Amino acid sequence: MTDLTVATPAPAAPMKSRSLWETAFLRLRRNRAAMASLVILVIYILAGVFGPMLATHPYDRVYPDFVKVPASIEPYPQLDALVPIAEEAGRRGRLDVQSVAIEGNRMIMRATSEREIDPRVTRYIDRSDLFSNAQVTSLSDDKKSIEITADVKRLRFIAGTDANGRDLFARILISIRISLMIGALATGVALVIGVLYGATAGFFGGRIDNLMMRFVDILYSLPFTFFVILLVVFFGRNVVLMFIAVGAVEWLDMSRIVRGQTIALRRREFVQAAEALGVSSSGILRRHIIPNTLGPVIIYMTLMVPKVILLESFLSFLGLGVQEPLTSLGVLIAEGARNMQGATYMLIFPAMALTILLFALNFLGDGLRDALDPKDR
Amino acid sequence: MTTDNGERIFDIRDIRVTFDTPDGVVEAVRGVDMHVNAGETVAVVGESGSGKSQIMMAAMGLLASNGIASGSVRYRGQEMIGLTREKLNKIRGAKITMIFQEPMTSLDPLYTIERQICEPIRVHGGLSASAARRRALELLKLVHIPDPERRMKSYPHELSGGQRQRVMIAMALANDPDLLIADEPTTALDVTIQAEILGLLSELQKKLGMAILFITHDLGIVEAFADRVYVMQKGNVVETGSTADIFQRPQNAYTRMLLAAEPEGTKPPVSDDRPILIDAEDVSVTFSVKGGILSGPGYEVKAVQNVGLKLRAGQTIGIVGESGSGKSTLGRALLQLLPSTGRVVYQGTSIQGLDRAAMRPYRRNLQMVFQDPYGSLSPRMTVGEIITEGLLVHEPGLSSKDREARAMQALTEVGLDPGMRNRFPHEFSGGQRQRIAIARAVILKPTVIVLDEPTSALDRSVQKQIIALLRSIQESHGLSFIFISHDLAVVKALSDYAIVMRSGKVVEEGPTLEVFERPTSDYTRDLMEAAFNLKQVLLRQAEARA
Repeated sequence: MTDLTVATPAPAAPMKSRSLWETAFLRLRRNRAAMASLVILVIYILAGVFGPMLATHPYDRVYPDFVKVPASIEPYPQLDALVPIAEEAGRRGRLDVQSVAIEGNRMIMRATSEREIDPRVTRYIDRSDLFSNAQVTSLSDDKKSIEITADVKRLRFIAGTDANGRDLFARILISIRISLMIGALATGVALVIGVLYGATAGFFGGRIDNLMMRFVDILYSLPFTFFVILLVVFFGRNVVLMFIAVGAVEWLDMSRIVRGQTIALRRREFVQAAEALGVSSSGILRRHIIPNTLGPVIIYMTLMVPKVILLESFLSFLGLGVQEPLTSLGVLIAEGARNMQGATYMLIFPAMALTILLFALNFLGDGLRDALDPKDR
Repeated sequence: MTTDNGERIFDIRDIRVTFDTPDGVVEAVRGVDMHVNAGETVAVVGESGSGKSQIMMAAMGLLASNGIASGSVRYRGQEMIGLTREKLNKIRGAKITMIFQEPMTSLDPLYTIERQICEPIRVHGGLSASAARRRALELLKLVHIPDPERRMKSYPHELSGGQRQRVMIAMALANDPDLLIADEPTTALDVTIQAEILGLLSELQKKLGMAILFITHDLGIVEAFADRVYVMQKGNVVETGSTADIFQRPQNAYTRMLLAAEPEGTKPPVSDDRPILIDAEDVSVTFSVKGGILSGPGYEVKAVQNVGLKLRAGQTIGIVGESGSGKSTLGRALLQLLPSTGRVVYQGTSIQGLDRAAMRPYRRNLQMVFQDPYGSLSPRMTVGEIITEGLLVHEPGLSSKDREARAMQALTEVGLDPGMRNRFPHEFSGGQRQRIAIARAVILKPTVIVLDEPTSALDRSVQKQIIALLRSIQESHGLSFIFISHDLAVVKALSDYAIVMRSGKVVEEGPTLEVFERPTSDYTRDLMEAAFNLKQVLLRQAEARA
């Protein structure tokens, strides 16, 4: 390229200046799979943050009448299921139920009894989750036959309910929140520790590097599951512990990657140039080394989030993860697996949620790798 | 040698190469006609970005995946563009072969030389393993590799740059090609090795009768080596003709500019009463290679041995030498960027062995500009941030506004538009980046700048501008330079005192004109001749063979 800047003035409308990040994003935007993944990921984040607030059922509410009902668009209880429930409620009030009719949201029950009927018998009906506001519409003079009307509450469980009668959809939403939170926080912890540690070790080299990396090797040799079981035994089960456990393991990989990058960068001339300027070590790390390692770090991060989510699922599957009534995708899948024969939907829906999330994250990571790959430049 | 009446074996017509990039379609080659006759040597000359390599890549089906070639490339009447891979492979690698600039990366580091030469012979020639081995040995003898039997078992890293290029040439000759395309084959080599390789190529051409298409930016090689020349600029051939015509009667303005781009002028020596800024004595640098459990005992490499120099105010000392001579190591040792022994005194105080913190106050006066304008600027920082980084260290009291004003001033001084300070390095050309690197050094108002091959990665015409810039900066600031380069022409133009180094030792030193005009040592004489009188060297080699 001929260098004619001195001879010719800069053109009147200069080309827009683009940083490497901007060009990378432009390249990412042309990758359809990655962009679709990005959209899915945003939907997941929104679902995780706002879903549990907007869901029709609280995630920890138990509906004893609807244990393990399959997924359905039609609200529960379905019509033919209502009558026996009403009869059962009547029987508990020692009534002989003659007829039960459902008219829209109202239930009309006619019943008789050999003894006198106390009008407070409506309580037995109210006691069921389904019926509320039961009233005596007519009571015969001998108080031996009665007509009761009550409001019927019909509930919609689009993903069915679990073995305890909790809405599976609400539980999936809360578990997305937990899984994403663990993914993001553990990755964040690993990122901060790993980048600082790896960059320091790689930059100073020599004995410091040797010591720091041997420490990493020692941590590597701890069996992860054993480490988590130890933590759980000492501190009990809670979510914060999960972050610590997962983050404490994941930063090791990160620090190795960053260290390798740093060693390569250290030999680059711009680092030598900074040294010749007299820039301090922390300045070189901050301004030259770390910004230039961020490309590979971001790629590794997007691939680490699904790894962490899987790891959490694995721990939860083993029963070492989050505590009831909170839940995570791993817990839900474990429950689903136990009930696979009677209630397949309990496995299918959480598994789908996890799979789609992992696909999206992996595709995005792949796309980012292509977009940030400096070899393209 | 042959002229235009030979048989046309390679015929390129109206070839166009475009690249589809995120910033739109880029036209690298815009309709070029070219031909090569049997047995002749044709040079394609042009600066970087002129599209000279891309034509050959397109012809050989080696374009990057986003590149599209159109037009026609015929080898003995056979159209090559759009040919299937199998059919193309019958021509390329057999009848038309290529050698590239970087012999290290063109050889696979995992395989021995024997295996790398034998494989294409067996694939194209269908020879048995032992026949292929015999042929490989024959080829290595043909390219004058010393001790070819032993070299067959070597790995690429065990060979020197020149030997690797010889191996590449041997591989290219394996199937008796009609045409050898050489893409800057000597650019990465030292001048004396370059002369040897060029001599080898012309010897082989006579012996085997093949045509050579030589791609280069170096007009010195073209003049000494080629029969016919194509001059390329921005994807077009701007002039073509016989070498003598082009060099004596250039028609095109661009060709004339290229011919005039050789560095010129000299620097008068400074008087002996100027104060001495850097006084170095007995400087040695030793790298120790650690031994390991498996790799045996460690050993030491003496990169610089007992070198001394005195740099006076306003002086430019040129340090010349081939790769591995220790000249860059010496420059870094003087600035205490490497552990060294000896004595380095800056303006009366010893700076030898000072650590990072103790050295910091001196850094502002002792600046450095590096060779690679692509590697020496941090890609994630804007130009303004890069230039003003030194101010953060040495003038921490400055407000960001003051720093910006200083950055604009420095950019103006090096001939760049100060409005470009918010851009990133990748948006600049090589010459502009080197200007930025110079601005980074100058902004601190130093007294000494060590320039480590600052012009080596640049085209000649850009080099000329950078040389002019360095001259004017030296004059306006009264700077002293230590100018490290393998490029003798540039050293001759810029320095008033020259030190010639070889294997870590000083071979010869003295005022530049004396060293260049009347070299006393044989080594310096060879170096000068290979650099300034290539044609003479090649002729003498031919005579010696005859």
